[in-house]
This record gives sequence, C-alpha cells and structure tokens, in this order.
Amino acid sequence: MSTSLVFLIVVAIGVVGYFLGRQRALTKDTGGLKPHSLPHYHGWWVFLASALPAVLFLAVWAAATSVYLERTAISELPARTADTVIASQSLELGMVSGIARGLNKLSNEEKANLPQTFVELRPLLSAKGVALAQDGQDYMIPIALEWNKNSIWANNIGGIVAIILAVAGAIFGLSGVHVRARARNNVERVILAALVAASTIAILTTVGIILSMLFQTLTFFQSVSPSTFFFGTVWDPRFAAAGAEGSQGQFGLIPLLAGTIYIAFVAMLFAVPVGLFSAIYMAEYASPKVRSVVKPLLEVLAGIPTIVYGFFALVTVGPFLRDLSAALSGGYAFIQAQSVLTAGIVMGVMLIPFVSSLSDDIITAVPRSLRDGSLGLGSTRSETIRRVVLPAALPGIVGALLLTASRAIGETMIVVLAAGVAANININPFDAMTTITVKIVNQLTGDLEFNSPQTLVAFALGLTLFFITLAMNIFALYIVRKYREQYE
Amino acid sequence: MTDISLNPAGISAKPARRDIGLKRRYAAERRFKLYGIAAIAIGMFFLVALLYSVLSNGYTAFWQTEVNLAINLDPKIIDPDNKRATDPKVLLTANYPVLARNALAEKLGVSSSDKAGMRELGKLFSEGVRGQLRELVVSNPSLIGTTQNVWVLTGADIDSAFKGQIDLSVDQSRRKVSDKQVEWMNKLKSEGVMAQRFNTGLFTYGASSRPETSGLGVALIGSLYMMLIVLFLSLPIGVAASIYLEEYAKKNRLTDIIEVNINNLAAVPSIVFGLLGLAVFINFFHMPRSASLVGGLVLTLMTLPTIIIATRAALRAVPPSIRAAALGIGASKTQMVFHHVLPLAAPGILTGTIIGLAHALGETAPLLLIGMVAFVANSPVTPLDPSTALPVQIYMWANEAERAFVERTSGAIIVLLLFLAVMNITAIILRRRFERRW
Repeated sequence: MSTSLVFLIVVAIGVVGYFLGRQRALTKDTGGLKPHSLPHYHGWWVFLASALPAVLFLAVWAAATSVYLERTAISELPARTADTVIASQSLELGMVSGIARGLNKLSNEEKANLPQTFVELRPLLSAKGVALAQDGQDYMIPIALEWNKNSIWANNIGGIVAIILAVAGAIFGLSGVHVRARARNNVERVILAALVAASTIAILTTVGIILSMLFQTLTFFQSVSPSTFFFGTVWDPRFAAAGAEGSQGQFGLIPLLAGTIYIAFVAMLFAVPVGLFSAIYMAEYASPKVRSVVKPLLEVLAGIPTIVYGFFALVTVGPFLRDLSAALSGGYAFIQAQSVLTAGIVMGVMLIPFVSSLSDDIITAVPRSLRDGSLGLGSTRSETIRRVVLPAALPGIVGALLLTASRAIGETMIVVLAAGVAANININPFDAMTTITVKIVNQLTGDLEFNSPQTLVAFALGLTLFFITLAMNIFALYIVRKYREQYE
Repeated sequence: MTDISLNPAGISAKPARRDIGLKRRYAAERRFKLYGIAAIAIGMFFLVALLYSVLSNGYTAFWQTEVNLAINLDPKIIDPDNKRATDPKVLLTANYPVLARNALAEKLGVSSSDKAGMRELGKLFSEGVRGQLRELVVSNPSLIGTTQNVWVLTGADIDSAFKGQIDLSVDQSRRKVSDKQVEWMNKLKSEGVMAQRFNTGLFTYGASSRPETSGLGVALIGSLYMMLIVLFLSLPIGVAASIYLEEYAKKNRLTDIIEVNINNLAAVPSIVFGLLGLAVFINFFHMPRSASLVGGLVLTLMTLPTIIIATRAALRAVPPSIRAAALGIGASKTQMVFHHVLPLAAPGILTGTIIGLAHALGETAPLLLIGMVAFVANSPVTPLDPSTALPVQIYMWANEAERAFVERTSGAIIVLLLFLAVMNITAIILRRRFERRW
C-alpha cells in the first residue's frame, strides 16, 4: 500500500463521514429542542475527527519510516575503510536508496532472475529511468532488497493503522451527533488552531534561518578559528578537492566586507540624491497629473528583476564606462568593465524607486499646517522644504535610507554579474571588488562536499550578512515607528 | 502706530525698497525645482536605457534564420548495411548531418570532392539538424528513400550574419563567417530559400551548448511549477496567518514578536532564503537538488511576508461596522470572518498575491544556491525532476560569451518582463475594478 493511496482512502472515509454526519444531524429527532449547530457543522466535525488524526499519523509514520530505513541500511553497510571507493557514507546511502527505487520498478519476471553484480544491474535500471552513478558496489544490492522489504512492511502497517484510525474517528464523530452537541464550536476550534499554526510559520522561518546557518557556521569554526575569519585580510579559499586533506585556504572576511560596503556606498551616493529629489518634486511641486504618470513609471524600476539589472550592467553599462574611459585617456581604459563603479551605479538605479517612494510617503505625512505656517511667513517653497519639511521628516527619511542600504548590502545578482570576483581591498572605484553575496554564490554553485570549510564558509558569510541586515532593519523600523507616533 | 506718525516725511515719499535677496531666493527656488526635474529625468533615462538595451538586443531572438532544403533521405547513408529491420539503433545513430550537407551542396553546386568547400558548407546549418532529421525518420521510417522539404536551422554565426549583426566589412580572418559562406548565404536569400522564421525553438528547447538549439522550454516549465507551488502554499498560509493576527490575536508579547518578525523577514536578503533551503530542504530533508519543488518551497517562504502584509492591510480596510453587523445578527466570530470580512477583502488579497508572485517569478539568487544552475536538456515531468527557472536561465546565458547568446539572453529577458507586466497589469486592473472605499 503506497502512502498516497492510503491518504486518498483516509480522505475518502472522511468525506463519507461528512455526508453521514450531516444526514444524521438532519434526520435526528430533535425532541422539540433547537439544534445547537447547523447540520453541515456536524458533517465537518465527523470529517475532521476521522481524517485529521489519520493524516497526522501518516505524516509522522512516513518520517519515522525513512529514518528507520536509513538506520538499518547504515548498520548493514560494511565498515568504512581507507580503500572504500565512495567518498562518504551519505553518498553510499543515496546509492542504496537509488538502487532500491530502481528495483521497485522491475517486473516480477526480472526480479526472479536478478543479476548479482552492480555492473549488470545498472543498465537494467537505467532502462527503467533510474540513472545511477558508475561506482555502485555489489554489496549494495542485498541491502537495497532488504530496504524494499522493510519499506513495504512499514508502509503496510502504517496504512492499516491509519485506516483503522480514520474509521474509528468517523465512528466517534458520528456517535457524538445529537441535538445539543456543540459541533460548530469544535470545528471552529480546529480552524483557530490551523490559523495559529499558519502564523507561527513566520517565526519558524526565522528560527530555521538562524539555526541552520548557526549549525553550519559552528562546524566551520571548528576548522577555521573565528578570529581569522572575522579579522583576516586575505580571501583565498582554494578549491574543495573531494577527500583531499591539507588544502587549507584562507578565509578573511575583511576584503569581502570592504567590497560590500564600498559598492553599497557608491550605490547610495547615486540613489539618495536622485531618489530624494524625485520624491521632493513629486510630493511638493508636481501637479497630480504629472504625479500620476511619473510615480508608476519610477515604480516600474522597482518591479524589474535584479538579474535584468545585472545583465544591463554586464552588456551595456560596463562596456560603456570602459570605452568612455579609454576615449578620455586616449587608449588606456582605466575603468574596468567589471568595477565598483559599474555595480554601484546600476545598483543605485535599482534603489531609486525604494528611496523615492519611501521618502515620498514620509514627506506627504508631514502635516499641512507646518507647510502653511512657513509659507505664510513668506518663505519660498524650497525654503519651506529645506528648513521645515525635511527636518520634520528627517527621522523617517533616515529610517528609509537605512532600509535601502540594507537592501544594497544584501543584493546579489547585480554584483555577481557586474562587480567581479577578485577579493581585493582598494579604494579605486574603477577596479573590481567583490562582495559577501558574490562569494556565497561562488562557494555554493557546482559540486558540493558538505563538510569542507570551502562550502561551510558560505553559511558563516550568510549569517554575518543576516545579522548586519537584521540590525539595520530593526534600527530602521524603530526609527520609523518612533517618528510615526509624533503626528498621530 | 506711533512710529509712523513720528515720521511725517515718509507718508508721501516712496519707501526705499530694502534688499531682502528676493532675486537670489527666487533663483534658489528655480534651481531647487530644477534639481527635482533632473532627478526624475535621470530615473526615466535609466528606465528607457535599460528597456532600450534589452529590446534592441533581444527582439531579433524571436526570429531565427532557417534554410529550406530538399533533403534526400538516402538509405545508403542512413542505413549502409541495411540492418534497420533488426537493429533499432541504426536509425538513432545514423549520420544525418551528411544528408543535409549533401542537399545543400547540390543546391549550391559544390562538388563533393571539394573537401574545404564541403567543410565550410557544413557550418552553414546547425548541428541540431541531427536531432531534427532523426525524429522525422524514427517517427516514420517509410520516409527513407524519399526526398523531403525540411526547414533546417542555420548555425548561430550564419544567423547573426543574416540578421546583420556581424560587421562584414572587416577582413574575413577576423570574423566568424567566411566570404564564401556570405556569398552562399546571399544566394540562398535571393532564391528565398533562406529566411527568418518565427523562433518556436526559443520556447520549446532545453539547455544546449549551441545557441540556436537552446531555449526556454525547461525554464518555463520549472517556473510554472514553482509559481503553482508558491500560489498553493503561500496564499492559504498567508491568509490564515493574517486572519489570526488581524482578527483573533490578542495584543501581547507573542503577537508583537510575530509582527516584528514578519516585517523583518520581508527585508531579509533573498540569498539568505537560498541558504535556508540548502541547509534545511536539501541537506536535512534530503530533497532532490535542482528540483522545482525545493525552489517553490524556498520562494514560498520568501513571498509569505509580502502576502501577509498585503492581506493584513486588506483586512484592516474592511470597516468594523461589517463585523459588528454580522456579530449582531448572531454569527459566530469564525462565521463573521469567513462569511463577511474575507470576501470583502478578497480583491486586496488577490492583488497582493499577484504582486508577491511576480516578485517570486523574477527572483534568482536563492535558486542559484539550491542547484537550479543546471544543464537540463529534457523537460521535467514532475516538480521533483531537475529543472531550471526563467531568471536562472537568463543568468546562465548571460555568462556565455557568444554574441548569439547575448541575443537569446535579451530575448529571455523580454519574455520574463512580459510575464511580469501581464501580472502587474492584472493586479492594477483588479484593484481599479474591485477596490471599495467605505
């Protein structure tokens, strides 16, 4: 019995239970009393009583089964020695489960005269659509057969128990149908529980982010000390050769952090004046007609995916700046195509709508009376803006700029395509620098070996990035909230 | 008052105008206004430059140069030993490109003894002809021995030359197409045999190392699966969470934490979600790498905060009188929420969801980390099969050096932007049509 079949049976029992429960509620002699719940609530309660526990049980059982199967398989694998061909136990396990999956697809006839060696088995399985790596071993076949036998047993037991649970639940639900039964309250309690569960997913995500990265980071710090990571000035991770010992790279955060901050700084240098002045113009000068055209157009910039900006930087802005610098200096291109400047400008363009729409909201939230007072005293509009509106809006704008800066620091695709991969520390904006996000992508694309420091460093970088942006966001939200209270 | 009467001479004489710097102040005012206009102009300029750069590079990607050949499916070449009845491999491994080359040689009058000429001729059409003719013959073996008119893709360089993207004035040693090939190309063009046709391959092919036979087929399916997963997970979960927070939750420490949490998650860099997906879904739960299921789950977690924030705003916009009226006529709280408040908030929720989906569709960084950067040639059947996504495909093509790939990349970006435009316009129309003001 496959799990999906059992699931369907359980749901079917629940649906039957729904109709039976409703029918029972409709036809039950009320004895002159007013029923507490509408008939369909009785139906739903029967459905929930039968399907919910059974489905939960199935989920738990499926998880437990997979753990059990892996444990048994590991205990049956021969002890790992120096000349074990396959690099890690998890790879071995993956191969065994692959063979088991393939064996399930064979016909009875093929199963009867099963080849005993992996070399013969492999083409047979790949004909069934299960492609396996070449270095499978013969000893895996009996383990895979055992795996399948156990999994059939576990599935059958789990299926039978789930169906019994469903039937028992349905009977329990049906037996509870009577005039004063509070079926609606029961159903609503389940709904409320579901709502609470949904809203905890947000917390679970944060916990998941922190725990998963913390776990990997701690493993990373076992091979590289935190002080050399946080204060190291050389980034040279070397390659993670599978199984090779001693290829210890250098993992210095400083060059990456410097590049990240430098590029974000250039981007903000471009985006803040442009975004702020657009916001001021739209909030204070533009007629409603101009505003209704320009504002959505600027927001189009925010809707364009960052990969498109990256491509724009790579094929248009980068070459343009390089050719421009070559033309200016007469031959020598002092701006490289991949440079801090290219990445900064393009990222700045991406940030314009963030700065402008956030500041626009804040500027328009400044009370009318402040403006009227200033204008009434005879100051011009620009004086009003500079001396009255902007100071009043300043905390909000600082908050908005912090939010924007955290976005610049966490931005990935533009810098991957436009900033380069060389981890230098320099102050020349025409040279290439690299960022934390670029290195996370670099370390984690390609074949992964999950216990090498070369891979794990990406999680340490990710955690650093997460905490930097988290701190900026919390601080920004704090400022924005505090400011908002002043005028409400 | 008394001041004036003390100065009787001042009544008739015009007071000297004190210079209060009005000129300077008005100039400053004009300058300030000009800065605003300049800032908006800069923003607009970059929007136009970006769209122009993509469109001008990319619109040609929707047409591909093809050549119509009368190909003789010669049994002597397909099956020299006449074993196709017994050995099915013969038809699969036959040398199909030779057939196309011979057809072309005949057309252009190149003799088969001219080795160098034949070699250059072979570069006129794409290697993809092998698969094309194989499919034709395998699906209908009775065609062997007949002559078929087939539209065959040209090679990527010929395609670029045909579209005028290669500068033909430079010496032939410094460009990828020879003078001989250009001459043939022009001849075929004047006969109407070589022409640009709509590039259906862009939407159907999978990954390929040759630009002319690579397409978005796999990426489109992968993105579709991911969007469906995001929609079916994040909409119910997001709406449920918002209903709880907005309608049920008491104001206490816990709800405060959840609220701050959601606001923060909305601002966490997307690449961090990729790390989460890698560590939890792939490393811990052993889900398959490169699968659209994992991509969909990661994007769901990323989109949830957006949807929750939009839904809460929509719920808050429903006036309290509706709730009071429902409760007043005897509805339970759950009935009030699900029968009255939720339907009224639906347009706002839908708008927020579409915008969240559009955001998820364009997201690249987290997908790179869960192995979506993969060379996938065959279309995925289930969400568990390896696949790529539209923006990831753009990323992979952007890293290719060839000119023809720049064209494809821009074409793919146009496709992506069209999808996003349709989604956003739908959201705007929904908002305009169903928005209610109480």
